[in-house]
Amino acid sequence: MGRVVITGMGAWSCLGKNLEEVKDSLFHGRSGIILDPERKSWGYRSGLTGKVEPAQLKGLLDRRARIQLSEEAEYAYLATLEALKNAKMDMEFIEKNEVGILYGNDSSAKAVMEAIDIVRAKKDTMLIGSGSIFQSMNCTVTMNLSTIFKLKGINFTVSAACASGSHAIGLGYLFIKWGLQKQIVCGGAQEVNPYAFGSFDGLSAFSIREADPTKASRPFDRDRDGLVPSGGGATVILEDYDSAVKRGAPILAEVVGYGFSSNGEHISNSSMDGQIRSLQMALDDAKMTQHDIDYINAHATSTPGGDRAEAQAIDAVFGKAKPMVSSTKSMTGHECWMAGASEIVYSMLMMQHNFVAPNINFENPDEDSAKLNIVTKTVERNIDVFLSNSFGFGGTNSTLIIKKIK
Amino acid sequence: MSIPTTPAAMTKEEIIEKIKGFLVEEFETDAAKITPEANLRETLDLDSLDYVDLVVVIESNFGFKVVGEDFINIHTFQDFYDYCFNKVAQKTA
Repeated sequence: MGRVVITGMGAWSCLGKNLEEVKDSLFHGRSGIILDPERKSWGYRSGLTGKVEPAQLKGLLDRRARIQLSEEAEYAYLATLEALKNAKMDMEFIEKNEVGILYGNDSSAKAVMEAIDIVRAKKDTMLIGSGSIFQSMNCTVTMNLSTIFKLKGINFTVSAACASGSHAIGLGYLFIKWGLQKQIVCGGAQEVNPYAFGSFDGLSAFSIREADPTKASRPFDRDRDGLVPSGGGATVILEDYDSAVKRGAPILAEVVGYGFSSNGEHISNSSMDGQIRSLQMALDDAKMTQHDIDYINAHATSTPGGDRAEAQAIDAVFGKAKPMVSSTKSMTGHECWMAGASEIVYSMLMMQHNFVAPNINFENPDEDSAKLNIVTKTVERNIDVFLSNSFGFGGTNSTLIIKKIK
Repeated sequence: MSIPTTPAAMTKEEIIEKIKGFLVEEFETDAAKITPEANLRETLDLDSLDYVDLVVVIESNFGFKVVGEDFINIHTFQDFYDYCFNKVAQKTA
């Protein structure tokens, strides 16, 4: 079994357009949430959203590549560009090796809707244009990035609701661990537009604390009233340890554990039992106990039921060790398909720079969150091992454990 | 989505300038390379997907739809201009 390391990262999110900006936002506990008046005009119950800077790709990509990229694929491209650069993996290396891509994505609603609008208005499918099909499919990120970066290894999209990005990294870890691949671009992407979140808003799942947007996402807080949708793109380059050493790549950390489970219960309600199984599986895979984990980046999205189940699951597995816990969704909102990957990047930045980012807006615990060691102010401390949870609709659960290389 | 200009109000020269303008913008081509005798496909570096976008940009600028078979006889930009003149004329007749 091979060892799997992270040799590069990149991010484009409401916390910043690169790793440096994102790290700064995390350290200072800066929220990326705003109130978007456009959503109210669309009939949204909540107009709250993460504010993600639009991508400007002219000059970076030719016309053909640009017109094929969906919004989320644009974010994924920018994050991947940064990650490959940081991994010192250039086009010459990619040309000579079978580098793969496994990316989490579970919708491309804007591209689909815009195409349908044209057909309805013009009554002619050809007038949609040639780029739409490559924007509209769920695998828009992997089909485009594999073409742009000329990737020749494993190539598919992981669709697992809000655990998509985490499972993509988990699967990448397994492919390399089992010796099937040497390098894989992994990550998650999420579109941020009114087409993408209408049906989710319709479930009354979003916070309506619109008068104070930066206070709206408050995971684990007693007075939380729902999540805030957000998105962007986040990439990690996973690599076989020997490959990384051989090419002199920066080795940032090691992926040591992947756990997963399915609740086998309700389509949208969380399950403590399913989460515990995922957590325990990841610990077993890493050959670790609760005492080995320094920090948990919780899935906690700021919904009443979801946070309660996760607090109970974390307490059940980590009740004695009580590692530091925070949900970076307090600053980012819920980055959905991207979240499992972005939260690995966020936690990696904390590990690299010796701090734990705060769970902002955690003012009063409830009965369950009171049992956790929730970080409310930035803590400057070494992290050797962190764990990241991601849970999605349909009861899909994913847990990753990352260890510092010494 | 742009609103098609009323073709009847346009001279041949205006139509040529309009075509050059949207081709340069859509296909990011150097305007100086677009000459009457130059080859349309080679100059714009068109593949099968690009022809779909050419149909879209013609429809949005002139309001008529090109069928794929029509491209068989269009080789140079002059062929393309002539084709557009005729289509515009038919539309306004």
